[in-house]
Amino acid sequence: MRIALTINGEEHHADCWEGESLLFALREKLGFPGSKNACEQGECGSCSVLLDGTLVCACLVLAAQADGHEVTTVEGLADGDRLHVVQQAFVDAGAVQCGFCTPGLAVATVDLLQRNATPSDDEIREALSGNLCRCTGYAKIFDAVRLAAHS
Amino acid sequence: MTQTAPRTLQLGKIGELVPRIDAPPKVKGEFVYASDLIAPGMLWGHTLRSPHAHAEILSIDTSAAVAMPGVHAVLTHDDVPGQKTYGLEFPDQPVLAIDRVLFYGEPVAIVAAEHPEQARRAAERIVVEYEPLPPVADMERATELPDLHPEKPTRGHGYREDDRPNVVRHLVIRHGDVEADGDVSVEGVYDIGIQDQAFLGPEAGLAVPDGEGGVDIYVATQWLHVDRAQVAPCLDLPLEQVRIHLAGVGGAFGGREDLSMQVHGALLALHTNRPVKIVYNREESFTGHVHRHPARIWCEHRATRDGKLVNVRMRILLDGGAYASSSTAVTSNAACFAVGPYETPNALIDSTSVYSNNPPCGAMRGFGAVQTAFAAEAQMDKLAASLDIDPIELRLLNALKPGDVLPTGQVITGSLPIAETIRAAAALEPPAAEALPRDPLRLPGGAGNTTNGEGVKRGVGFAVGFKNIAYSEGFDDYCAARVQLLQDGSAEIHCAAAEVGQGVTGVILQVARTELGIQDVRLAPGQTSTVDSAGSASASRMTWMAAGAVRDACRAALEEQQRRPGEEIDVERIYRHPRTTPLDPETGQITGERAHVAFAACAMKVVAEVDVDLGLTRIVWIGAAQDVGKAINPQQVEGQIEGGTAQGLGLALMEEIQTRDGLITNASFTDYLIPTTLDMPPVESVLIEDPEPDAPYGVKGVGEPPTVVSTAAVAAALRAATGRELTRVPIKPDDICL
Repeated sequence: MRIALTINGEEHHADCWEGESLLFALREKLGFPGSKNACEQGECGSCSVLLDGTLVCACLVLAAQADGHEVTTVEGLADGDRLHVVQQAFVDAGAVQCGFCTPGLAVATVDLLQRNATPSDDEIREALSGNLCRCTGYAKIFDAVRLAAHS
Repeated sequence: MTQTAPRTLQLGKIGELVPRIDAPPKVKGEFVYASDLIAPGMLWGHTLRSPHAHAEILSIDTSAAVAMPGVHAVLTHDDVPGQKTYGLEFPDQPVLAIDRVLFYGEPVAIVAAEHPEQARRAAERIVVEYEPLPPVADMERATELPDLHPEKPTRGHGYREDDRPNVVRHLVIRHGDVEADGDVSVEGVYDIGIQDQAFLGPEAGLAVPDGEGGVDIYVATQWLHVDRAQVAPCLDLPLEQVRIHLAGVGGAFGGREDLSMQVHGALLALHTNRPVKIVYNREESFTGHVHRHPARIWCEHRATRDGKLVNVRMRILLDGGAYASSSTAVTSNAACFAVGPYETPNALIDSTSVYSNNPPCGAMRGFGAVQTAFAAEAQMDKLAASLDIDPIELRLLNALKPGDVLPTGQVITGSLPIAETIRAAAALEPPAAEALPRDPLRLPGGAGNTTNGEGVKRGVGFAVGFKNIAYSEGFDDYCAARVQLLQDGSAEIHCAAAEVGQGVTGVILQVARTELGIQDVRLAPGQTSTVDSAGSASASRMTWMAAGAVRDACRAALEEQQRRPGEEIDVERIYRHPRTTPLDPETGQITGERAHVAFAACAMKVVAEVDVDLGLTRIVWIGAAQDVGKAINPQQVEGQIEGGTAQGLGLALMEEIQTRDGLITNASFTDYLIPTTLDMPPVESVLIEDPEPDAPYGVKGVGEPPTVVSTAAVAAALRAATGRELTRVPIKPDDICL
């Protein structure tokens, strides 16, 4: 089937098999590989995107369900070479190691700070508990979120 | 072909806190990981895996699969043109199963199709007739059961002769008078479950045929050249026709030392003459790579009434699973660091790894020392309790120092500030206990805890761990680097060191900038065809080795530039750390000056709360002091300590690959839990900088020590909170419910 959706403000089309996830379509058919494929079963958050402004795991949404909707991916956060304040905070805080979780965490953090501009440490932990990271132990990710909130 | 963006330099020099060069593309989603690769005309590969832990293969019929839509190739062991088996150290593992399968998830056949779903469905149509066999599933009985490898792949490599079935390696270290008695003795038996590396980036790669019979493989790996050395013979190609390129790596932790898709992808690519991409799903990742060895460890610690160790006797049993992988080295590491960072005049350490039909085990961060640290540190606490000595004082009393002798007979000649590291961690002050009642999120078990905290008990644990840096026992361990000084005043560095997330790219650039004194330095993409081997990004060796190689190549390049001013310079240098020699197969004693190059330690204090009514835990705070030699980039070192601590905490509290008769029952992130943001406490870290005299700039590796110690330290805190012995990790709710 052919789907049409808005990705990071621009309209895109793709021919999809009905069983394909939005994540697969984004990565393999639409040229947006920034959302990551760590578990593809909704457990790790590395494919987090905003679907009509709501934080979702792109692996749990069928591409067909996104037909006619708006998607914001990690590629849509920066303004050209100017990083989004959340992205810059991840760089500055040393929150990136292998980086496979980073795109999902960046999107989830943007979502958190949109809902709550000054989250407490506990609120940060709870909001990001659906995003697994295996490298950092999360300490510098928390630093990054606090840094972004203060920027 | 999409390539990782060229890495350019905007970094500081050694010792400065500088942001990672790969951080901006990673936060933007532009960094190209192996699973992101795309090539024109690309096919998707899929692997058919064994549903049995042990079975004979009677027949394989691929005819229905070949006829499926979109399918371009279905290959079995018959289609492997060269050597049918491979292995990191011993070629005992079939590229594709031949007449039997030895573990659940073993690759049996591979498919290439136009869509990954077509490939998966075609694999389902391959008919494999199995005759299931009883699995060797209990490591304690493995040496009495039929031999899975009667050809004894590890025999003849200088190890102790042991003719029992299924022995991978048996090492006995006899130090001093192995029967020496002390005034007191404490005993214990400890168990460690199977831990998974659980890196987030699944195994992935793209194989591209070059049209002339050769192949380029873009893959997430830890050691490009050792991949090539294993892949080329299986393809029956000379080394030059197999080029391995480093694709973006989403974490490794030892789990990418062994091959995954490399040969399979290349076979499909060469067979179809099309690029072929293989990306494992999470279940395949859990079943498709080696894990941390599960272990059972019997200990007896004998000491004087004053607390000085007299004799440490330990028997270590490690389940290596179906194939050898790096089990022989893990066996040795477990034995050599079994006592922990303590001086003992006498020791008897007996360490055995066995083959079984359980999931294959190999390298994971800490490499044998994690398991023994859990056992030995529990023993030290037990000894302190039996003597009524403060456990930290007991550790200080026995702490190793330069000049002391290890159980292998090796004298410590380099840096090893154990006492200083212990004191620094002991001096860290945890926060005061929080009042009750409180927000459920801050209770053990978090929001799932419906009590007011009536059953919460607090405990403080302490542990120390150490291990070796770099490869040991006579391995020819080296790293190459090539430096080009260009006409425009810039420099390009070639080094095949695998950036797996640990930050070695930054190390290389910081060293080059320091040595060359220029800003404009680039690191070329890692590949096998432009520079010699860097060795593995493992054993906490890559910073030391890459720093040595890049330093030497930069200095040689500058000398050459003085001889030939105005010309382009291109030099390659190989760096080797001080040579090691094997252990004596009968006594486990050194046969030269050293079996290990150097050592690094970490001491850790952990505060835990346990709800003893519900069996739930909360780790409140962790303080760590780590012996780092010299921190090239302090922020990155802290990141290694925090991340390494999290992995050890995971093993202590939740992480275990569960099996039933060899079959993995929890191959998903739904069922195999790793620490989340709600599980990790603040980690306060102190860096102890005592330069390693044999290492460039005095560095030590920093990746493994925090993982070696944190499982032991978390378990100690839970023991302190509950008063229970807690002899097995991961510790489960049933273990701590009072």
